[in-house]
Amino acid sequence: MSTTSAEIKPGKASLLYDPKIRGYVYQFALLAVVGFLIWSAASNAIENLRAQKIASGFGFWHNAAGFDVNQKLIPFSASGSTYGQAFWVGLLNTLLVASIGIVLSTFLGFFVGVARLSSNWIVSKLAMIYVEVIRNLPLLLQLFFWYNAVLKPLPNPRQSIELPAGFLLNNRGLYVPDPQFGPGGNLIIWALLIGLVATFVFRFWARKQQAATGKQYPIGLVAFGLIIVLPLLVYFATGRPITFVYPELAGFNLRGGIQIFPEFVALLVGLTTYTAGFIAEVVRAGILAVSKGQTEAANALGLRAGPTLKLVVIPQAMRVIIPPLTSNYLNLTKNSSLAVAIGYPDLVQVFTGTVLNQTGQAVEVVAITMAVYLTISLVTSFFMNIYNKRMALVER
Amino acid sequence: MKQVIRAALIAVTAAICASGAQAQSPTLAQVKNRGILHCGSGTGLAGFGIPDQQGNWSGMDVDVCRAVASAIFNDPAKVKFIPLSAKDRFTSLQSGEVDLLSRTTTWTISRDTALGLNFAGVNYYDGQGFMVRKKLGVDSVLKLAGASICTQQGTTTELNLADYFRSNKIKYEVVAFASNQETVKAYEAGRCDAFTTDASGLYAERLTLSNPDDHMVLPEIISKEPLGPVVRHGDDVWLDIVKWSLFAMINAEELGVTKANADEMLKSDNPEVKRFVGTEGKFGEPMGLTNDWAYRIVKHVGNYGESFERNVGSGSLLKIARGQNALWTKGGLQYAPPIR
Repeated sequence: MSTTSAEIKPGKASLLYDPKIRGYVYQFALLAVVGFLIWSAASNAIENLRAQKIASGFGFWHNAAGFDVNQKLIPFSASGSTYGQAFWVGLLNTLLVASIGIVLSTFLGFFVGVARLSSNWIVSKLAMIYVEVIRNLPLLLQLFFWYNAVLKPLPNPRQSIELPAGFLLNNRGLYVPDPQFGPGGNLIIWALLIGLVATFVFRFWARKQQAATGKQYPIGLVAFGLIIVLPLLVYFATGRPITFVYPELAGFNLRGGIQIFPEFVALLVGLTTYTAGFIAEVVRAGILAVSKGQTEAANALGLRAGPTLKLVVIPQAMRVIIPPLTSNYLNLTKNSSLAVAIGYPDLVQVFTGTVLNQTGQAVEVVAITMAVYLTISLVTSFFMNIYNKRMALVER
Repeated sequence: MKQVIRAALIAVTAAICASGAQAQSPTLAQVKNRGILHCGSGTGLAGFGIPDQQGNWSGMDVDVCRAVASAIFNDPAKVKFIPLSAKDRFTSLQSGEVDLLSRTTTWTISRDTALGLNFAGVNYYDGQGFMVRKKLGVDSVLKLAGASICTQQGTTTELNLADYFRSNKIKYEVVAFASNQETVKAYEAGRCDAFTTDASGLYAERLTLSNPDDHMVLPEIISKEPLGPVVRHGDDVWLDIVKWSLFAMINAEELGVTKANADEMLKSDNPEVKRFVGTEGKFGEPMGLTNDWAYRIVKHVGNYGESFERNVGSGSLLKIARGQNALWTKGGLQYAPPIR
């Protein structure tokens, strides 16, 4: 009787011993295990929800919300709006505070970071104290501090503090005159847009000219003319079509004008100062990472301190700065969810708070919220990575 | 042979014992196993559930938990109170972190059905009210047009507020906070003109303000807020235990059984009292409890009236009148089904 080993083809190793095939098999097995775990967790949750007769699914999205939110960037009311719209209200509030916070904390962080390296003893020590104090206190405490610091000293609406240009300040917030565009008002916005684009084009052209001929053009002056003077000229030319609705006392509160809520201010100030503390250190690390020889070389070429920092040091420091800067942007966005503690209606407060509680659908609501934060973070990283690539050392 | 007979006897006895306790509640088994009841309570509301400086909890809602613990363990101290904010409470109960939720929770249809919960009766009939500063010069909710109103999010209060102002066509601004403490703090700091919650809560919170006399509660009650203990779907016997622990307190008041006279009542000839204290009938066994379960509750916690007066009534700082919470025999709404 012959053995069946004759079936193995000579000259070719068994599939069992092929490292590539084996690699695939292991990968597949791992994938299957992970998939099974996710599937069993999900089906377990669904089974338990059904056993306790808890409503599940995403049908609640279109149900009437029945509650109100004070700060809303899109129309929302208890009477006609749905839980889905409440989600968008919360999301936009999160994005609003996060985006403004990112911009402000970047400016403040760069300022403090550079100040910490200043040769002026007082300036550098003040920057150091700022960083050490802000960085070492829990953000939640800082938010409580800012909220109470913003709220407590302010008077009630009947004794509002009058600020220049019709601004009013009280413990309900800052009231800003609401601009109303009359006929021709749109032209001013167009003028502003044209000014912005023209400035951008001019800057591009001026840079190119400088690279080719070495001649410098007054970019700042041209930008001022295009962005500020041009819209102003149009404003007067069209007969001053912008009028303002000024806030005034009506009943308990002020009516008219745009209201900036104290919760928003407290959250924005808290997030900005906190994140700026970290960004300052990132900036300092980035600048110190640039070899001293670069500064000395710039000095030898006759560049003054300002241009040296702007043209030589910062561009090289950016390579070190951008990756940790991205992390800080992501942290700021995620930290904005602490808004819930001081009553700012962000995504977590409105959606994971009120909507979750009114519908009782914790699994769905929390899953959606996590997906949203993940998306925001991935999008932020994506753009920062593109920027990072552009700034990276180009090797030839 | 002898051994076989003995084994058979043991088996038969075990079977009889098991059939005596036919009702099996997984939650009860778990609580007994653990040796302590996990009770979801509020984060601190005077009169309903608040810890003192030594960490001893007291209040109307706390007494319900103590009653359940007394019925199970014959010891009102075997309760662990887990403070839950309004928005976390249902998730906590659904996920099994607490066995029972007793924290001024309003009974509504959506909570009773879609949230997978069961309400075990009403231990306090409440309604939503408003508190304002006296110097605001307002004597009615209808005069609060344009006002800022502080409230706690994730509550029926938040929804009633929207409903009431919408149906009366009054504009207002809502400022919602996650915790009760933050809400009151913001009201006190002047962020809002009015603070709204259940009327009982208003009386309790007013006393925590730095100058209680500067504030007043408006006369309108804008909603029905029947507050009661809550359990999860899926364990009917556990629902019975919690429901009847509350009913026992109310029945005790009606029967005149008090903390002080509970032991005397064991010798009573009144058949109703005999059934209550367990000297007649076997009413505890179907729930997996002892037959003197109701006696234990009154002995350790007292009857409903005692609990009311001690926590929110004349014996407390709140001085709330019985009102709707009087027994049905005295013109109130508190009415418990009979023990028989």
